[in-house]
Amino acid sequence: MSGVADRLPRLLSLVPYLLARPGIPIAEAAADFDITPRQLRRDLELLWMCGLPGYGPGDLVDLSFSGDTVTVTEDAGMRRPLRLTTAEATALLVALRTLGEAPGVVDTAAVRRATAKIERAVGDAGVATVAVDLTREEEATAATVRGALDRGRALQIVYYTAGRDAVSRRTVDPMRLLLVEGRGYLEAWCRRAEGVRLFRLDRVEEVAELAEPSAPPSDAEPHDVSRGLFTPSEEHRTAVLEVAREARWIAEYYPVDEVVEHLDGSGSARVLLRYADPAWLVRLVLGLGGGARVLEPPELAVAVAERAREALAAATTTDDVPGGHGTGAGER
Amino acid sequence: MSSARAERLVNLVLCLLSTRQFLTAERIRATVPGYADATSDEAFFRMFERDKTELRELGVPLETGRTSAFDTVEGYRIARGDYELGEIDLDAEEAAAVALAGSLWDSPELSGAAHGALRKLRAAGVEVDETRGSVQPRVRAAEPAFAPLLAAVQAGQAVTFDHRRGGPTGEIARRTVEPWGVVSWRGRWYLVGHDRDREDVRSFRLSRILEPVKTVGEPGEVTVPPGTDLMASIHRSVDQGPVVGVATVWVAEGHAHGLRRLGTVVGPRELGGRQGDVLEIELRSERTVARWLAGAGPDVVVLDPPGLAAHVRRLWEGALAAHAGERVR
Repeated sequence: MSGVADRLPRLLSLVPYLLARPGIPIAEAAADFDITPRQLRRDLELLWMCGLPGYGPGDLVDLSFSGDTVTVTEDAGMRRPLRLTTAEATALLVALRTLGEAPGVVDTAAVRRATAKIERAVGDAGVATVAVDLTREEEATAATVRGALDRGRALQIVYYTAGRDAVSRRTVDPMRLLLVEGRGYLEAWCRRAEGVRLFRLDRVEEVAELAEPSAPPSDAEPHDVSRGLFTPSEEHRTAVLEVAREARWIAEYYPVDEVVEHLDGSGSARVLLRYADPAWLVRLVLGLGGGARVLEPPELAVAVAERAREALAAATTTDDVPGGHGTGAGER
Repeated sequence: MSSARAERLVNLVLCLLSTRQFLTAERIRATVPGYADATSDEAFFRMFERDKTELRELGVPLETGRTSAFDTVEGYRIARGDYELGEIDLDAEEAAAVALAGSLWDSPELSGAAHGALRKLRAAGVEVDETRGSVQPRVRAAEPAFAPLLAAVQAGQAVTFDHRRGGPTGEIARRTVEPWGVVSWRGRWYLVGHDRDREDVRSFRLSRILEPVKTVGEPGEVTVPPGTDLMASIHRSVDQGPVVGVATVWVAEGHAHGLRRLGTVVGPRELGGRQGDVLEIELRSERTVARWLAGAGPDVVVLDPPGLAAHVRRLWEGALAAHAGERVR
């Protein structure tokens, strides 16, 4: 059952669609309109009753069926589809302009040609109301990844993992090039991790196409990114932080499960933050300088204190190093 | 939509497309099959009004006017040139680009509209294959405020909403805004418009706009100033500012890779008996750089400027004070 509101626009599009494709299989036409062949037949039966005043033979829409195919023999003047609505033109043209600004990811020359042709056909009223800026900093990386996908080759990458704050070299079998939430990602089977991984393009430090074919295992499952990139998984743990007003931005920036606001007027809150790597959380809390306090897990609170103590000690012992100000030199 | 109504509407469109004269409602009632079912004048006019509204909502350019000065009532017609989609001829690469564009949106409002557009392009004879390839760009708009704001922008209607300043626990203020457009920048959606309360151009992150978003005044009241550049407004509001200096820091060998990526390595240096490298990092915001540096703990030593070194030291002292009571249990 298709939506009620969809039926009239579809009826107005069907005759020109079929005119352009004489003898098209009904199943194929139905698939293009995202309806069942049965619904398409009902639509065609209805159109058969429509036509021009006079409503005699020759005035009505006429169709000829042959096997499972259909051909329009009388169009009753419905030769072209209705022009695009402002909303339709906006959605399509803004998408095209967005892709036109994503070199490396797509063939931007073809995108620009298509944009110009569609603008000519539909006009561009209202299109200026939506704008999208895709990432365009990793053009060269994206282009190499796209080339490897096109040719079905494996890649060797040098990748920075923010969680572990480390760089590693890996051989991967590319599966998809994704642009999600304003960032580019290579989705690939990582031979070292033996799993499907998403690699942020801006953290790929080096990339080279290999001569060997890309061969992800047949059971390698692509990520479902339809609900966003950060879906909690078993490798994520949860920390409980007491966050002061000046550090509360972290609850918007990083994936959190819950924010419990303290109603004492201090602006502080208790935040349940997801993390995969303990070292990442320690770095975050150290950088917040007391703006956040780890309540759970306790061993991470200890780790923060340890790292801060060591950092202060290291800064103090290097205070007298010639040729450089030691940490804290400005305060003494 | 019932089949009878759909059939009547298709016939109405065909009838009005085929006439150069304006047809009065009475003529239409007598001509187009389906209206004869109306048992009274009142029933007919109600039916006809609903049909006109339906067609206008679909974007059918229904014209009203009089064919001659002697006509006493207005009639209707559809100019074919305004109704029909212009000629479009795309080669295979261009059609592939259009298919990719059609699948860019990950929001019901925009993807629905994009699919409607693709359907019409197909009806115009363009072959658009939507099979997903290995390159998949997607722009998501999951914020609840997105749909009402997009609708208000497209209707040219002012809106009022509660806005949370500075994130999840910020204070809430009521804003009335003339919406000029919605912008996605680095994966985040913003509303750009004229803030009536502050009499200035402002941008609002959609995730900080609370429901409900209510419209104020009539559609068409908001006019976007000519030459408005939405993206430039966002860039101004999130601009990190100019480079105000350079930080020189030492990082331990094999550590602090994140910092190494942010700066440039000047050369190796031994410090306090440890091997490492000296880095230079551009300073825009001292606060931000201080936070990154402090995160590296003992793997970093700030060499210059002294103010930054003091700032980082204060962060460590703060972190230590907040966690000093902790002992391994």
